[in-house]
Amino acid sequence: MLRYLGRRLWQMIPILFGVSLGAFLFIHAIPGDPARLLAGPDAGPDDIAAVRVRLGLDRPLALQYVYFVRNALAGDFGRSYRSGLPVSQVVASHFLPTLALSLVSIGLAACAGLGAGVLQAVRRNSLGDYASTVASVTGISTPSFFLGLLLIYLFSVDIHWFPTGGMGGPRSFVLPAVTLAAAAAAQIARFTRSSLLEVLGQDFVRTARAKGVTEAWVLVRHSLRNALIPVVTIIGLQFGFLLGGAIVVETVFSWPGLGWLMIQSISFRDYPVLTAEILLFSVQFLAINLVVDLLYAALDPRVSYR
Amino acid sequence: MHEATLPRGTAAARVSAARRSWARFLRRRTAVAGAAITLVFLGAMLLGPWIAPYPPTATNYNQTLAPPSVAHPAGTDDFGRDILSRLIAGSRYSLGMGLAAVTLGAAIGTAWGISSAFYGGVFDNVSMRIVDILLAFPGLLLAIAIVAILGPGLVNVVIAVGLFSVPTFARLTRSPALAAMGQDYIEAARAVGAANARIMGRHLLPVALPTALVYFTLRIGIAILTASSLSFLGLGVQPPTPEWGAMLAAGRLFLNVAPQLVIAPGIAISLAVLGFNLLGDGIRDALDPRLRE
Repeated sequence: MLRYLGRRLWQMIPILFGVSLGAFLFIHAIPGDPARLLAGPDAGPDDIAAVRVRLGLDRPLALQYVYFVRNALAGDFGRSYRSGLPVSQVVASHFLPTLALSLVSIGLAACAGLGAGVLQAVRRNSLGDYASTVASVTGISTPSFFLGLLLIYLFSVDIHWFPTGGMGGPRSFVLPAVTLAAAAAAQIARFTRSSLLEVLGQDFVRTARAKGVTEAWVLVRHSLRNALIPVVTIIGLQFGFLLGGAIVVETVFSWPGLGWLMIQSISFRDYPVLTAEILLFSVQFLAINLVVDLLYAALDPRVSYR
Repeated sequence: MHEATLPRGTAAARVSAARRSWARFLRRRTAVAGAAITLVFLGAMLLGPWIAPYPPTATNYNQTLAPPSVAHPAGTDDFGRDILSRLIAGSRYSLGMGLAAVTLGAAIGTAWGISSAFYGGVFDNVSMRIVDILLAFPGLLLAIAIVAILGPGLVNVVIAVGLFSVPTFARLTRSPALAAMGQDYIEAARAVGAANARIMGRHLLPVALPTALVYFTLRIGIAILTASSLSFLGLGVQPPTPEWGAMLAAGRLFLNVAPQLVIAPGIAISLAVLGFNLLGDGIRDALDPRLRE
């Protein structure tokens, strides 16, 4: 177990290195000169050159990368071009809103998705199965920005149940969380349904039924335990997507999270913030993949760490 | 995907296999519904200028932000333009971008998957590791990154959304190609002196193509969704082009007075994506039931 963990962490190092190089080069491939942007519209060539020197942009690209890696390892990603604050501080202040929203959404999505999926599998080919299958496909097909605006129109414009955007009290979480959870719940429901149907067709389920075990016990004790293993993977991956991919929903609801920050940083060419965000997303995905794999093995004794 | 690796059946057997697939497709009502929805949208895309009630750019300042009526079934926007006509005109952009992007992604991804299987070894290892990393990222993030480099615009969105489909097709086409690599006919082709390109093009491509085609339709829905998301974020097609995502973004300002500006394009996107998703599911189940999740 510990050896497995050590090997997985060891394997991450070259990937992270590749991602950091990719992020660094990507940032510098974005057209537009941040020094010109920062110096303002009235700045002369001398001012722009001075800003460039101050930012270290006059050094050769390879040297910039070396400094970048050295500082990044020390947790220093430089200062935001936009606000002048340390990047780690900027990213951290936008991380909590995204984390909070992701946790609420994934909880909602897991409950709704598991419930719907189990219902679909147990009452296979019934009207309920048909209806909730259609609902899952619709959930996957509806763009989140449309769903979000629709919810704002229904619940915020005329009847002021929930705020139209921004982060505040518990009420402000409802609409963005429901919007984010809809697509994730649809995916989870689809996987739960197919996984449970597969398990319900297995020999040991027939044996259990033949022994006279009640249907509810067969479902809870014999089937769900096995069927949920692949579903855990999906929930974990969806959580990873929420942590990094809520860009559209955060834009719709003016949610001050990482996705919103990303769009702001792109339009302002805030290189240091963008680089740090891309690195953060990569580490998140790698970590979540690892946790999901470990969880997988913990839930299923047949899987061994190798 | 396994059919091609088995000995070829007689013509009669192949005809009946096709007929069985067709029957499987027709039995699924959702698949037929998906095909019908897709046909309607493709019709709007091809016949656009002839069936739209108004020109998409015709303004009428006496009729701004009008609710749906007989004259304007989906209402009018802030310039008094007919929303239904703009949606029909926009299908060229929204559907066209999806189709073009998936075609691009499928072409590059299939070539990638086949060459990965063909060359094997370190090349295969490294290229599949890259695919894994690309797949681990949310697709939209990848597309946003590419558009951030290339700049907004129609062609760049097609490239961005196309490239984000590449890893999926690379992973999917690699396995049938890899299975074929172990077959005797590949060795035979090499023995008679066939060039690498010929082996990949003539012997591996036909094996990988069915898988690529099955996923082609399924990816179109995702591509339309991603392209319209980019336009919504202001990174894609810009107004006044009647692209659905851009229309929806522009309509946001009028949500409290004229919700049809948001609802009409939103329904168009959802329905189009739904149609392609149902059709894709149906095609996958009909052609290769084993691929079902």
